[in-house]
Amino acid sequence: MRREYLMGNEAIAMGAIAAGVNVVAGYPGTPSTEVLETVAKRRNADIYVEWSVNEKAALELGAGAAYSGARVLVTMKQVGLNVAADPLMSLEYVGVKGGFVILVADDPGPISSQTEQDTRTFAAFSKVPCFDPSSVQEAYEMIQEAFAYSEKYHTPVFLRPTTRVCHGYAAVDIKEPGEYAVHIPEGFVRDTKRWVIFPKLSYQNHLNIEERNEQMADDFSAYHGNQIVEATGAKKGIATSGVSYAYVSETLREIEDVSLLKIGTPFPFPEKLALAFLSGLEEVLCIEELDPFLERELLRVCGKYHLSVKIYGKMSHHVKRAGENTRQSVKQNIYEFIGKEIEKQNVLSDAPQLPIRPPVLCAGCPHRASFYAVKQAMKGKKSVFCGDIGCYTLGNAMPLDMVDTCLCMGAGINIAQGIGKIEPDTFCFAFVGDSTFFASAITGIVNAVYNQANLTVVILDNSTTAMTGHQPHPGTGYTMMGEIVQKINIEAVLHGIGVEVVETANPFELAQAISCVKETVSKPGVKAIIFKAPCIAVTKPNKALHVKEKTCIGCKKCIRELGCPAIILKEGQVQIDASLCTGCGICMQVCPVQAITGGDRYE
Amino acid sequence: MNKNIILCGVGGQGTVLASKLISSVAMEKGLPVMSAETIGMSQRGGSVFSHIRIGEGIQTPMIGEGEADMILAFEPGEAVRMLPYLKENGQMIVSAKEVMPVMAALTGTTYQGKEMLDYLALKVPNLVMTDTEKACQEIGTTKGLNVFLLGVAVFSGALGITEEELKDIIRKKVPEKFHELNFRALECAKEYRKEEER
Repeated sequence: MRREYLMGNEAIAMGAIAAGVNVVAGYPGTPSTEVLETVAKRRNADIYVEWSVNEKAALELGAGAAYSGARVLVTMKQVGLNVAADPLMSLEYVGVKGGFVILVADDPGPISSQTEQDTRTFAAFSKVPCFDPSSVQEAYEMIQEAFAYSEKYHTPVFLRPTTRVCHGYAAVDIKEPGEYAVHIPEGFVRDTKRWVIFPKLSYQNHLNIEERNEQMADDFSAYHGNQIVEATGAKKGIATSGVSYAYVSETLREIEDVSLLKIGTPFPFPEKLALAFLSGLEEVLCIEELDPFLERELLRVCGKYHLSVKIYGKMSHHVKRAGENTRQSVKQNIYEFIGKEIEKQNVLSDAPQLPIRPPVLCAGCPHRASFYAVKQAMKGKKSVFCGDIGCYTLGNAMPLDMVDTCLCMGAGINIAQGIGKIEPDTFCFAFVGDSTFFASAITGIVNAVYNQANLTVVILDNSTTAMTGHQPHPGTGYTMMGEIVQKINIEAVLHGIGVEVVETANPFELAQAISCVKETVSKPGVKAIIFKAPCIAVTKPNKALHVKEKTCIGCKKCIRELGCPAIILKEGQVQIDASLCTGCGICMQVCPVQAITGGDRYE
Repeated sequence: MNKNIILCGVGGQGTVLASKLISSVAMEKGLPVMSAETIGMSQRGGSVFSHIRIGEGIQTPMIGEGEADMILAFEPGEAVRMLPYLKENGQMIVSAKEVMPVMAALTGTTYQGKEMLDYLALKVPNLVMTDTEKACQEIGTTKGLNVFLLGVAVFSGALGITEEELKDIIRKKVPEKFHELNFRALECAKEYRKEEER
């Protein structure tokens, strides 16, 4: 044992390595990304790791490896689980041989996601057992136990930390490499009755799964991740899980007569333990994030055993129903529950108005140039701009204002197709990044081509997965194992799936980019424009530009049209912040009087 | 010794490194420590914070309102934003230089750092305002801002960290080519502190 200061996601990775994991695959997504990255950094040579093209591919690869007896970790964020849902729902019926942990990071808030979906509810729906760590140390230990349970019961299991566990740091006691489990996979053993899913097999396995989950619920009642902290003579209790447990536990230090139920395995729910907790209590408050999962389970237990305990939580409106819990919100919930007055807080009602700092596209971001080019080309024409998931969602902000829809990974293509069916006189655009293109846009484009849609796909190819921290993908030419591989060519893919018009342009050459858009959209059918320029965050910037104050007429066109964070207004004069400017030159091309100069691009 | 420390500022100012240095010193001393910081979308020019908790019995890195012993603010507006977290009589060290919101030129905001500083002066008895613009000029780069502010906090004595401990950890955790710059920032902080005392 030794102690290391680790982020929750790093601790989970170290736990998987200590558990003898053989195969790790995933798709990046905040707050899950660092798990796979840490495995890649800290692994020994025997562990195979990959960024898969999407979560479905990762889970299917994981299934094959686990059928062959390997210990497998697959990582994703909560919305990624929707992509992997198809194989997962069936995999639960088939089962596994090697331990299979699916790490799904949930995002209460949400801080960087489309939904506040709860993987605990997904666990109950898919019948997959679920572990819910409350701290970084617990996450380290829990993933090792999760592998053991997975192998014992031949089922995939979830580990579902939330943002504050994933991204919290703590001094963690971890094993030395000599203490790691060594797991040698047996290999794939052909057994069609086991690995081939069929209705008859599914019926039988469904019966088995229901019975197994009852056994597991009993097993979990004795699991140390589930605990009752009893207060003698208490009439009130609090049920909690995940990071909320840590918040509750710190608040309860000053309060004596409240019992506590901490749930580390929400599914299958440890009913016996819950029953022991409820006996003798009159009222229970459930403090949890996302769904009222514990609240529903406790209500069910009360109904089943005819208990007259009152259960409060989100459904009873005692706890807010959306958003993240905080130390403060939990304290308030508990104080209200026990009838204690909360000390007056330092409110800022008299504070001056605070600056608002929304996230924006970086100075020099090629997406800004691409959006601007399309906007200029389509001026005065009836158009709709379907966006997608990635940094380029920020193209929605003023003044670009170029994202009319955004739903989920890859959805923009067929949304554009759908709008076009109802509004045939509209120019329909779908913007998609290179990583999203490979993840889930290709089938959408095939659909559009096959069904004779009329739309323009704009591929914003910055040669990386920028939003989640620059992971490689099939178009980058290298893998997570460090191999240099053949780049998959987007243009060739598009031609291969029947897109006849494929134009490639540099968005920073504004005039050419605009005319490229104008020409392309006038053609019938599905057309594609690839705007190719690397992400500025991983490219050496050009020299900064500056404004010739004598030439500048103060029209502020550069500010009004581009919204670049490097262009600032100081005492009425437009200036360029040299510490932010990357010399991309787009403002130079927008300026009507050539007042912007410098850099090394055009000099 | 239990300490709750909040660092706050704007994405790109170097709060994350400052936070890592503090928690690493605590680790080296064998103290229990936890920390948390903003990761993701808001890193791009948005408001960012780090919470650091040091001492026995902590279960989460998140600091509750009214619980911070010290707030080290890299920006006046962000200092006001975090003010509800400051303990009664807690110490605040704030950089006087404002960072305009990235879209300020577009939205025509009236945001002024001075207004924030005046408000802080009214509300925080234990406030240290630092002329970081001047300090960065002396250091020769804005990249020294984080270690300069950290230095001011160290020399105030309120962090429970000594100059040597901080220097040690910089040697261990920061790439060598930045050592000189960071030590210069520390010297500036020391000078600054001496002038304050005069």
